[in-house]
Amino acid sequence: MISVENVSKAFTLHNQGGTRIGVMRGVSMRVEPGECVALTGASGAGKSTLMRMIYGNYRIESGAIRIGDEVLDSDRPRAILALRRNTLGHVSQFLRAVPRVPTIEVAAEPLRMLGVDAATAQARAGALLARLRIPQTLWRLAPATFSGGEQQRVNIARGFVHPWPALLLDEPTASLDPTNRETVLELISEAKARGAAILGIFHDADARARVCDREIDVGAFTP
Amino acid sequence: MSGYNFAYLDEQTKRMIRRALLKAVAIPGYQVPFASREMPMPYGWGTGGVQVTAACLVPEDTLKVIDQGADDTTNAVSIRAFFARVADIATTEHTRDASVIQTRHRIPEAPLREDQILVFQVPIPEPLRFLEPRETETRKMHALEEYGLMHVRLYEDIARHGEIAKSYAYPVRVEGRYVMDPSPIPKFDNPKLDDCPALQLFGAGREQRIYALPPYTRVESLDFEDYPFKASRPDHPCALCGARDSYLDEVVIDDAGGRMFVCSDTDYCNDRRAAGHRGEMAAPFEEMPE
Amino acid sequence: MSAPLLEVDGLRKHYGRRIGCAEVSFTLWPGEVMGIVGESGSGKSTLLSCLAGHLASDGGQILYRDRSGHAHAVANLSEAGRRRLAREEWAYVHQNPRDGLRMGVSAGGNVGEPLMARGQRHFGDIRAAALDWLERVEIAQDRIDDVPRDFSGGMQQRLQIARSLVNGPRLVFMDEPTGGLDVSVQARLLDLLRGLVRDLGLSAVIVTHDLAVVRLLADRLMVMQGGYVVESGLTDQVLDDPQHAYTQLLVSSVLQV
Repeated sequence: MISVENVSKAFTLHNQGGTRIGVMRGVSMRVEPGECVALTGASGAGKSTLMRMIYGNYRIESGAIRIGDEVLDSDRPRAILALRRNTLGHVSQFLRAVPRVPTIEVAAEPLRMLGVDAATAQARAGALLARLRIPQTLWRLAPATFSGGEQQRVNIARGFVHPWPALLLDEPTASLDPTNRETVLELISEAKARGAAILGIFHDADARARVCDREIDVGAFTP
Repeated sequence: MSGYNFAYLDEQTKRMIRRALLKAVAIPGYQVPFASREMPMPYGWGTGGVQVTAACLVPEDTLKVIDQGADDTTNAVSIRAFFARVADIATTEHTRDASVIQTRHRIPEAPLREDQILVFQVPIPEPLRFLEPRETETRKMHALEEYGLMHVRLYEDIARHGEIAKSYAYPVRVEGRYVMDPSPIPKFDNPKLDDCPALQLFGAGREQRIYALPPYTRVESLDFEDYPFKASRPDHPCALCGARDSYLDEVVIDDAGGRMFVCSDTDYCNDRRAAGHRGEMAAPFEEMPE
Repeated sequence: MSAPLLEVDGLRKHYGRRIGCAEVSFTLWPGEVMGIVGESGSGKSTLLSCLAGHLASDGGQILYRDRSGHAHAVANLSEAGRRRLAREEWAYVHQNPRDGLRMGVSAGGNVGEPLMARGQRHFGDIRAAALDWLERVEIAQDRIDDVPRDFSGGMQQRLQIARSLVNGPRLVFMDEPTGGLDVSVQARLLDLLRGLVRDLGLSAVIVTHDLAVVRLLADRLMVMQGGYVVESGLTDQVLDDPQHAYTQLLVSSVLQV
């Protein structure tokens, strides 16, 4: 479902004397439907960079990334947007939302983008928020004032509100208490069960052991 | 009268104005620019109307001049005297006897005929002026028939007063094309503009514009479907002639709040009284002017 | 979604010997929001004015496909044709609401005018539509008969947006729509715009120098410098992995809070 073939990436810092920093070379990997793969490696090894490249957030220099049959091409932003709407879900490390938008709407937004009506979308988002123990009294409030853990759970609700066939998870269990961590692991297991291909970064070794089928050490791709 | 050309204006000026008039007649409701001349009266006293009248007059004409419907106000009397002197033409106060009628703020009550010309004095020819002050823009709006703004004005009236409060200079659409300011006539007179047998000419001296309604032109007052145009008049009979179909002036008659309503069209009122009609404040006997 | 809404090819505008914008090409599809960023004088406002037909371009082509599928070359349109598009297909949100509103006409009249311009002649319907739009842009309905002069800057801007959108345009041009507003008002406006874009399927071209605004509103981004587009792409990609020196400078110059 997710396939990376011989991908390289470097940053050129034009304003710092044109310094070129190679961050990744020769990355090849695949994630099959129903599989959960963890990216490992020391801090700064490029786990997030690789995730960002797969999400289309970073340009790649050479090689090819495919989601399903679709080749990710930074010069065709429309295709990437469609891919993100329909196929490729993402739970980032930090919640980024329009200020003052109520939590329930933040969580429901991916569905609204797919053309689901507000009531249905919010009902589905609400079910997830409830499952993640965000008290209903907070749903109408904007998440900006929430604690880190609460924001992270809103982010997760948003990331699981649509059954994307491919999912990228960046530290989904960080800053969560054990009960909520348990719920997130359940969500991941359920996504696997329905056939989603999942690629994640988990610092939490125990979580990794419970949901991941394989590990890939990105340190191997450092140039 | 030596020293003056017939009807005051020199022939070149008349030709220029007549050309503008022809153009105005050809494009009903369209404001034609013309090189307005200095006239021996201040702006606001009818310099536009006087120039149009001067360009139309022929020695056989009989001229009537009214101001707010009355033949006997200062403005009407002096313009009538002016043309009597510089054109040596006949004048009259009777609508039916006139071939050219210059008017300020009224259309006579008596029906007009095909052989008559009605000349309006116009202070501000641009109906969009108060909503859009840029002349360059209003001209484009006319050219492109962008008249939404005109209805904004009416919308504002209804929103504020519950009805279209505009009672004079009520905008009209000419032949479904140009929106036109009919000059500050009461909206009571608006229906008379429509399908009128007489030629109606409008002259704005200070603004240098001429426009026209050829005989039998379709003229509709702007309105909303749910707030249709109504030609209103004070709900009284004329205190002198008892007419219930004429436009009335309200006249304060003492300092205790007493007032009377009388026909603003003095000729119409006189005619009715001569025919024996009596209002409740009419004199028991009066000698009618001929 | 079958055909592009706006196709711009090699657009060029000079001010004498100075370049306003040059070699601008892009395609905008229905439902898409395009952000244009760059510093003052980078040509972004010139570009927007050319797109909306307010400025005549000196070269290149702008094709706009209307509701019926007919493609118009914007640069060759007559004044009447351009105004028809502006009235029936487009909306333009000015940076300063005073440029987009009639300050002496009531809020209801301002919102109702585009409807009347398209021939609506039923007062009750026009007023109902105005009330509906005031509610959508979060202006209390009892302010409908007040004039914008008496509104705060944020309310004026929201009123301008209601006036722009009441006719159901397909393409909205926005010139710094959140410029000069308090941050709290900005946030509300952004949320509003996003909701409207999503719910009405609008396309928009937004010119701004505020990178946070484009990140939240725009699907795609063009970065302009000295009249040229130096970089374009997916908004988050351009902001997070800028390739051009100028974009890198722009992104790294934003103050973080």
